[in-house]
Amino acid sequence: MAASLVLVLVAGVTVRAVLFRCPLLAEFISERVEVVSPLTAWKRVVEGLALLDLGVSPYSGNVFHETPFMIYIFHFLIDYAEFVFMTMDVLTAVALYMAVQDFNRITFLKQRFDYESKKYGTDVIDLIRTPKEMCHIPLKVALFYMLNPFTVLTCVAKSTCAINNAIIAAFMLATVKGSAFLSAIFLALSTYQSLYTITLFAPGLLYLAQKHYLFVSLKCPAFWAYSVKYAMMFLGCLLVTTCLSFFLLSSWDFIPSVYGFTLSVPDLTPNIGLFWYFFAEMFEHFRLFFLFVFQINVFFYTLPLSLKLRDHPMFFMFIQIAIIAIFKSYPTVGDVAMYMALLPMWSHLYRFLRNIFVVTCILITTSFLFPVLWHLWIYAGSANSNFYYAITLAFNVGQILLVSDYFYAYLRREYHLVKGLHLKNKAGRDAHIILK
Amino acid sequence: MGPGCLLLAAAACLLTAPVPVGAQELARCGQRDRFEEELVLKPLSTGDVAADFQFRTRWDVDLEQREAQALKVSHYRLFPKSLGQVISKYSVRELHLSFTQGFWRRRGWGQPFQQAPPGAELWVWFQKSVSNIDTTWKELTNVLSGLFCASLNFIDSTNTVTPTASFKPLGIINATDHKYLRYSILPREVVCTENLTPWKKLLPCGSKAGLAVLLKAERLFHTSYHSQAVHVRPVCRDDLCSSTSLELTQSLSVVFDLYASGFAKKEWSLFKMFSRTLTEVCPLASQSTIYVDLTDADKENEMYELTPTPLSQIRTTLHGQWRSYAVYDLLNPQLYSTPSQSLNIALKGKPAKQYREPVVPALHAERYVSGYGLEKGRVNTLIYNNHPYRGFPILLMETVPWYLRLYIHTLSITTRGKENKPSFIHYQPAKDRERSHLLEMLIQLPANSVTKISIEFERALLKWTEYPPDANHGFYVGSSVLSALVPSSVTMQANGTKSRPNFTKLFPSSDSSSYFVRIYTEALLVNLPTPDFSMPYNVICLTCTVVAVGYGSLYNLLTRTFQIAEPSDGLAKKIANVIRRMRGVPVL
Repeated sequence: MAASLVLVLVAGVTVRAVLFRCPLLAEFISERVEVVSPLTAWKRVVEGLALLDLGVSPYSGNVFHETPFMIYIFHFLIDYAEFVFMTMDVLTAVALYMAVQDFNRITFLKQRFDYESKKYGTDVIDLIRTPKEMCHIPLKVALFYMLNPFTVLTCVAKSTCAINNAIIAAFMLATVKGSAFLSAIFLALSTYQSLYTITLFAPGLLYLAQKHYLFVSLKCPAFWAYSVKYAMMFLGCLLVTTCLSFFLLSSWDFIPSVYGFTLSVPDLTPNIGLFWYFFAEMFEHFRLFFLFVFQINVFFYTLPLSLKLRDHPMFFMFIQIAIIAIFKSYPTVGDVAMYMALLPMWSHLYRFLRNIFVVTCILITTSFLFPVLWHLWIYAGSANSNFYYAITLAFNVGQILLVSDYFYAYLRREYHLVKGLHLKNKAGRDAHIILK
Repeated sequence: MGPGCLLLAAAACLLTAPVPVGAQELARCGQRDRFEEELVLKPLSTGDVAADFQFRTRWDVDLEQREAQALKVSHYRLFPKSLGQVISKYSVRELHLSFTQGFWRRRGWGQPFQQAPPGAELWVWFQKSVSNIDTTWKELTNVLSGLFCASLNFIDSTNTVTPTASFKPLGIINATDHKYLRYSILPREVVCTENLTPWKKLLPCGSKAGLAVLLKAERLFHTSYHSQAVHVRPVCRDDLCSSTSLELTQSLSVVFDLYASGFAKKEWSLFKMFSRTLTEVCPLASQSTIYVDLTDADKENEMYELTPTPLSQIRTTLHGQWRSYAVYDLLNPQLYSTPSQSLNIALKGKPAKQYREPVVPALHAERYVSGYGLEKGRVNTLIYNNHPYRGFPILLMETVPWYLRLYIHTLSITTRGKENKPSFIHYQPAKDRERSHLLEMLIQLPANSVTKISIEFERALLKWTEYPPDANHGFYVGSSVLSALVPSSVTMQANGTKSRPNFTKLFPSSDSSSYFVRIYTEALLVNLPTPDFSMPYNVICLTCTVVAVGYGSLYNLLTRTFQIAEPSDGLAKKIANVIRRMRGVPVL
């Protein structure tokens, strides 16, 4: 098992190293709007360092939007950047591998416990997951992360999104292993880096509470105590990180420049998200209103999801990461790659997926059309902005369908697990299951 | 004469104001302001003729001191009241405003007296008493906008910068804390008659007498280059410099393209250029002179005939060279021809036998945008030092609007294939919709070299309301400014000799071995990517639909549960049952 993981990692690193050795291609990739956003572009990191060298605060302009930690790290590691980014990807893959392995072990134990305690319906043997099926899933996750073209592009473009992904993976690993303190640290770091991941607090807390055999209910004082403890650890880490970054540059300028920039979307550089064209075409009068409407999407689903998926925090985490990738203000393909890497974890849902073929076609087609229509608009001049915008719309519809399809399939499987697979209606025919 | 005495004199002037000012009053109060006018005609090596007007009003009043003593200045004689009030109200120490149409082709036309960038340029030094400079600057630009009928009201924080080194005060200097300086350039400004008319109105004689008679808009705007400027600065009142005076210089330079307009012969006259002749001198002017530059003609021993014959000639140093001028003193009544009482200076010369290589100025620059597509590009500036054996430093100031995002780490400066590290860089990065980029550099130019400066930029996509009408025309980027002390090839006369013509005294020079030049590069026109301007409703609808698809599917899954759908009776069966009931037959 470990050997095949090493093989995957070596293959992934080789692909990246080869692409890094083609400077023209690497430079071309590093300026693709789909791969880098104003928040993550490597060019802007270099610019920030250059500004620092000139004695100008990197946050005095509107080019640099990385956190002070990033500038501090790359101040020392600028010459080894390629190595750093490849290491980050390897670390992410390994962390995901270990996290999924542990998660699968626990899932299997839980399933066995449920099965033996007769919680499941009678004819659900087809739905029961077997060790044979689960055995290769961690490797598949690592493979999906390491060799996904989106991840490769992100790494070759040296987009700092790869670092955010590594932190999220570390957070998942710490959470799955049940280490509340490490989990809180990585969650705080991730929040500090990209703000939206604060929503992962809910699945993290739910997972940790269940890991420690706490009864997840608001009436349970032990759960309350645990929540407060976890929240305090998270907030403490966040405070320490923020204060440390204040001492690094001895100014608070980074807060409006990083978080204000993320939330108010002043830079309308095209990307794969929904924000740029919408706010370029927005009537000034309604701008603030729609800013709220769009930003709230990331945070809005957390509470209902934590109620609905109370017993399935890992799936909740997956859905939430996907929602962040779709509704964040400056998404890149790196964010998409993060949740796509987790798709093999849910491969047992395959029989309940309704439109996976259509969605796959949409995602693949639009991924290829992005550079084509960008070229037509920006370089050839034979298309206009609407063409590229249409592709972002299609791509996001695809993502939304994908996420909701997996969500549907997950709920459907849970339903069948309890009620039985081959349900009959009153008339004795095969039942038609609907959402009501 | 003490200050009390001055006050008495001022009071006397005020008292006698309604009475027509007689000769005696002039003698008494006339010392307080002085008006001089000059016109320099210079045949250029390309066959064009440059005409430079200088109208200089000097007013022996210290506005700063007056203001400190809360004394209002209400009596104006030669100095234009409209401008004086503005200067006094907004505590302006120095004001430099220029409107220019066209570009001074430095390589062919040589060194101008004072170059101006295409469009409008305004820079102001405020007095130290001004507390809120940004507000005062905003108000001042709005007032000047009204005064000169120009779009100066479009000056806001996004196109205003505070240069740290490039713009030093031109008048006498007490302190140069650059926080009192504001500089702005509007490269898109179109200059036309509506700017010229208010400018002419500032002259004491208007356009009724004196040299200003020649300023006929129809001819002035039919030229290759038109630049009009207003400069206000404090100058020394006397050699000891114990007190200051306010000096207003109104300059106007035009380049007539006489070659292209059919006068292939080297022949020109005032009438041909301006379609007017001089008839009378402005009675308020204490000096009114026309200089004709004959340096080049003399050098080549060309045959030429200047009518009427100049009564005198002078030689003076300008831009590091000796130049000789024929002088026409218009106060001399002998000049005017007897029958028509008019003066029409004309030059008749033989066309040059061979093409004359234009004298390339010691320093010139050009700038262009490279790259293709609407994603990024490069601004390249080429700076030529043509001095054969001396290198000198230049100060380059580049202001780039925020929507072209500069990447300072891509800045490269190369001279003769080698990197040329600037000895000083001041860079202020732009803030979106707030301020523009400002880059100032001190670069050493080796002798006889070309230095290439290039920097990469990224084109931003703006909100659809931020594009000007005709968005696909592109956006203008103002000229960059080069300031340098160019080593002179001859020993220059130091400032202060009164006998020298005014046009040689525009920039204060401290030593005789070098002279100051400020040159402007071309304005750039850059295209930005545009959204579809006709689509706001569609985009709002479509994007909201996608968000609603996301919301709807998640809402569905979150709030509903799975249930077995019980087959309900079909519509046909229901209708059949109704009919059966009516028939009294048992239902199905």
